[in-house]
Amino acid sequence: MPTPNTEVCSAEAAGLAVNLRVVYGSFELAVEHTFASQGITGLFGQSGSGKTTLLRVIAGLENVAEGHIQFGAERWLDQATACNVPAHARGVGLVFQDARLFQHLSVRGNLRYAHRRSRHLGGTLQWDEVIDALDLAPLLERAVTLLSGGERQRVAIGRALLSRPRLLLFDEPLAALDMRRKSEILPYLRAIPARFTIPTIYVSHAMDEMAQVADHLVVLSAGKIVASGPVTSVLQRMDLGPLLGRFEAGVVLNATVQAHDEPYALTTVAIANQAIVVPGFSAAIGTTVRLRIRARDVALALERPHGLSIRNMLDGVITELAPEPTTAYAEVLVAVGHAHLRARVTRQAADQLGLCEGMPIVALVKSVALDRPAAT
Amino acid sequence: MIEFEPLWLTFKLAGVTTLALLCVGTPIAWWLAHSHSRAKPIIEAITALPLVLPPTVMGFYFLILFSPNSTIGGWWVEITDTTLTFSFIGLVFASIVYSLPFMVQPLQAAFELVGRAPLEVAATLRARPLDRFFTVAAPLASRGFVTASMLTFAHTVGEFGVVLMVGGNLPGETRVVSIAIYEHVETLNYTAAHTLSAILVGFAFVVLFAVYSVNRRLPFFAQLK
Repeated sequence: MPTPNTEVCSAEAAGLAVNLRVVYGSFELAVEHTFASQGITGLFGQSGSGKTTLLRVIAGLENVAEGHIQFGAERWLDQATACNVPAHARGVGLVFQDARLFQHLSVRGNLRYAHRRSRHLGGTLQWDEVIDALDLAPLLERAVTLLSGGERQRVAIGRALLSRPRLLLFDEPLAALDMRRKSEILPYLRAIPARFTIPTIYVSHAMDEMAQVADHLVVLSAGKIVASGPVTSVLQRMDLGPLLGRFEAGVVLNATVQAHDEPYALTTVAIANQAIVVPGFSAAIGTTVRLRIRARDVALALERPHGLSIRNMLDGVITELAPEPTTAYAEVLVAVGHAHLRARVTRQAADQLGLCEGMPIVALVKSVALDRPAAT
Repeated sequence: MIEFEPLWLTFKLAGVTTLALLCVGTPIAWWLAHSHSRAKPIIEAITALPLVLPPTVMGFYFLILFSPNSTIGGWWVEITDTTLTFSFIGLVFASIVYSLPFMVQPLQAAFELVGRAPLEVAATLRARPLDRFFTVAAPLASRGFVTASMLTFAHTVGEFGVVLMVGGNLPGETRVVSIAIYEHVETLNYTAAHTLSAILVGFAFVVLFAVYSVNRRLPFFAQLK
């Protein structure tokens, strides 16, 4: 049985509620969801799942939707009363995949375009604060055509923030960037929700990116929402395997920093009171960090083995076993205290070890990625 | 000896026509660039008609339309106490129609090149529709505005058939350069015809040279998707 689908909507009446139907030829998008009113909600799906369309409907850039959109006390779209608030009156900031900076303005001109049209709204957001948060000061006088892809996206994010949006939308902002540029932007993206407290919807088809930025996750497939909830619980759902992308399947979990070993450049963190050692990073003892462990990086053993280079072994219990009849593999969900790990082993190994649900097991973790300081 | 009166009148007619067409042609071009309406090809065909019709056909219809015996012509006489035929203002109206495609087509192409993307961004940055037009679409289409204005101006300067039929040959009122040249040739005054013709050739070359230079020198279009 899959983990129950935990909706985040009930207590979030202040957020964004959509109930929409969009038909494009043979494609139908039918979505009913209440988005979290704080943090980043990842909207995940393969190309053609309808996620960009949904984002554009929320922003007011598509006039084809039936249904309604409610934001707090405001109705943005209501088919029944033929009300459709235009994009410029919604206060939604949208960062496009291709940045879409105004070519006839400098970097400063692009930022001022947004700033001038929202200054009168007041609020706490300051020009200097945005320039500072995204390190835009050195770019201000440049022509937008002379920016790198990463710089362009930073300016686009700053411009969207300076429009003082009440809701921030990202449409695959990293998709056009190479790995190096991506890692250049991600720290800025992660810092936004805490610093500016704007609810954010982040569209992507890259699960590794999603796991790094999102607090909540909505999975869209063929125009329908197939899962939603906190990112940690959606990612451990094994029934979503093919949708989430096979090789990147894994879990995201929170761990507490326990100790640093400077000579070896290692840091010890605890998952459900069991310690594991990861490559060193700087964080105060006691802080909570988010780790990502991919299913293919977890091996299973019936008892603690000796003489292995793998140092990280966690005692757990198998809670779910899902052989994939069409492949060589089986996915195994292992409970480690309150946390879960996913392991991807061959079906042959599962049979020969006699794996079954409820069985105590040792999970060997080959590799751990540190995502970020977890949201508190 | 250069005759300044027809030159001045010609440039005044071209200038007024260009300004008027900037106001009339821009919304038409905007609508054509963004509409998916079924009426679009009809409107496109109508705005392109002056490109293919002989000026005499347009001149003939204008003469009928502007005649004090017609509804429009009679109404004009009633309000202004002047006639539309054989008057400067009549020439302006005729020129607006005659030069319409030279304003609309470059503008439509420029607006299509700018596309919806920058306008969508502006909308998400709280810019209202008119704001979006003046602060985003118009600056990005600036090359289109320059080209369209220069072509409209030059084409109006080169007008002959319509002027002859609607305006006649009244010095200071409707006697533009092309009419003056025609009259000089008719009366075998080749010296005067030479002078005015050479001036127009030089002017036309300068305008076209400027249009092509502008098209090369504003490069930001190349980077727009």
